[in-house]
Amino acid sequence: MEYKLTWQEYNKALKKDRLMGLRCEDCGKFTCPPMMVCAECVSTNLKVVQMSGRGKVVSFTTSYIAGEGRENELPYTIVLVELEEGPWIMGNLVGVDPKRVSMDVMGRSVELGYRVYPGDKFSSGDMARPAFSLRD
Amino acid sequence: MRRVAVIGTGHSKFCFNSPKTSLEMLAEVALDAINEANITPRDVQAINVGNVLGPFEEGQGMIQSFFANDIGCFNVPASRFEGACASGSMAVRDAVLLVASGYYDIMLVGGTEKCTAMSTGLATRTFSMYGDSRYEFPSGFTFPAVFALLAHLYAKKYEIPLAALKEQMAAVSVQSHEYAMKNPNAQIHKLISKEDVLNSFMVSTPIQLQDACPFSDGAAALIIASEETARRLVKKPVFFAGVGQASSGKLSSQYKYLPQLHAREVACQQSYRMAGLTPKDMDLCELHDCFSIAAMIAAEGLGFFEPGQSGWAWEKGETRLGGKIPINISGGLKAKGHPIGATGVSQVYEVTLQLRGDMVEQGRQVEGAKYGIIDTLGGDGVLLSLIMTNQ
Ligand SMILES: [Zn+2]
Repeated sequence: MEYKLTWQEYNKALKKDRLMGLRCEDCGKFTCPPMMVCAECVSTNLKVVQMSGRGKVVSFTTSYIAGEGRENELPYTIVLVELEEGPWIMGNLVGVDPKRVSMDVMGRSVELGYRVYPGDKFSSGDMARPAFSLRD
Repeated sequence: MRRVAVIGTGHSKFCFNSPKTSLEMLAEVALDAINEANITPRDVQAINVGNVLGPFEEGQGMIQSFFANDIGCFNVPASRFEGACASGSMAVRDAVLLVASGYYDIMLVGGTEKCTAMSTGLATRTFSMYGDSRYEFPSGFTFPAVFALLAHLYAKKYEIPLAALKEQMAAVSVQSHEYAMKNPNAQIHKLISKEDVLNSFMVSTPIQLQDACPFSDGAAALIIASEETARRLVKKPVFFAGVGQASSGKLSSQYKYLPQLHAREVACQQSYRMAGLTPKDMDLCELHDCFSIAAMIAAEGLGFFEPGQSGWAWEKGETRLGGKIPINISGGLKAKGHPIGATGVSQVYEVTLQLRGDMVEQGRQVEGAKYGIIDTLGGDGVLLSLIMTNQ
């Protein structure tokens, strides 16, 4: 049985500013990032859909340390975003000074963009990541 | 299934920059455990080893076979367990099940790690391999960041002002440093104050350097045996009453339960049920305090405090000797140290010595302890729960 939405396909779409996910034909719930089965009911009756890319920040952190090779990105803000369709996704918050991000950001509406992480000797090529901007 | 006991123990001093290799550290403590169990290497039927980053630390994979040979367990089957920081506990649980099943009577379980052979940058990079490499690492995922995300969620969900939460987190670190002073195996023998924590380097908001455990080198080993064999060989076997293990996916996929980790509840329910015990029966606990907020979340998941309440418990001393549930009387990962592959084995070592009543000399004995629980978290994705008893 094949994946409905592989990482490579997800990655390629994100580089075109499209966040792809799966909608379950059995329970109607969304799974994003994709999995082999519906995260809710384990059905494989899944349809690939484009997610709205909108959601709200549910948590954040501004990091002052990074793994080898990513020090040039510091400081950066990581967010967990609750997508409109329900699932949470990890990404970055961009367009704001990471040093000034506080708990006030929790609950704020955000919109999807993307950045590309070029990869390092341990990763298999470059990888897109959601980069969210505040909507208001 | 048969009852299974720890009959021999060994533990190195946890430290920065050990002059010994991972294999040497493990071989030394393994021989200590073998001697304490009144057996010889020829009596060991199988070996389980927790080791995580050997390939990055010393260019050594498959350490278990070379280790078995070095200690004279020639041709004995040896397996390596890799579940990030819970590797040692996984190695223990599987050994318990193998001996309980009747397949083996005597097994050696060890864990070893030499994290400080890596630069801090490489260590941070390799640790992050235990998050999701496809969907979460690209965002700059690190483990401090994971618990930082959980700390902000925790403050919001339980309506604790961040400044108050940071004070609670500091209280966790302060306590761990105090007990580590009494543990000769601890990496850090230095008292710290709340102010030291709150003034330390900001790692990933709101987590500061003194909210985090150090990188460490060290090893620990156990001899595990069936009850019959145990009673023949030693005076004070300490038994496994319950074991549990559960997996979870990437952090974002756990959203319905965060900041609590659902896999922890699954794992500890398995061990409580198998033991026929509840959190109230526990006399002490060694839990996974890779970060102070992680300790607080763990104490709640294990059922000792209501969600959002454990910070106050630490501040009131309920987690100290004589308190409601003594937690991390070893100094915890924070001050005892966290050589990741060895940590779970070290936790079992600690609880074993407490249940044998062997901590009196060190001045940190939990008086009359009958039951102890061990909690270990590996990366994003594995939770171990082990309950031990001297009954
Ligand atoms: Zn479904």
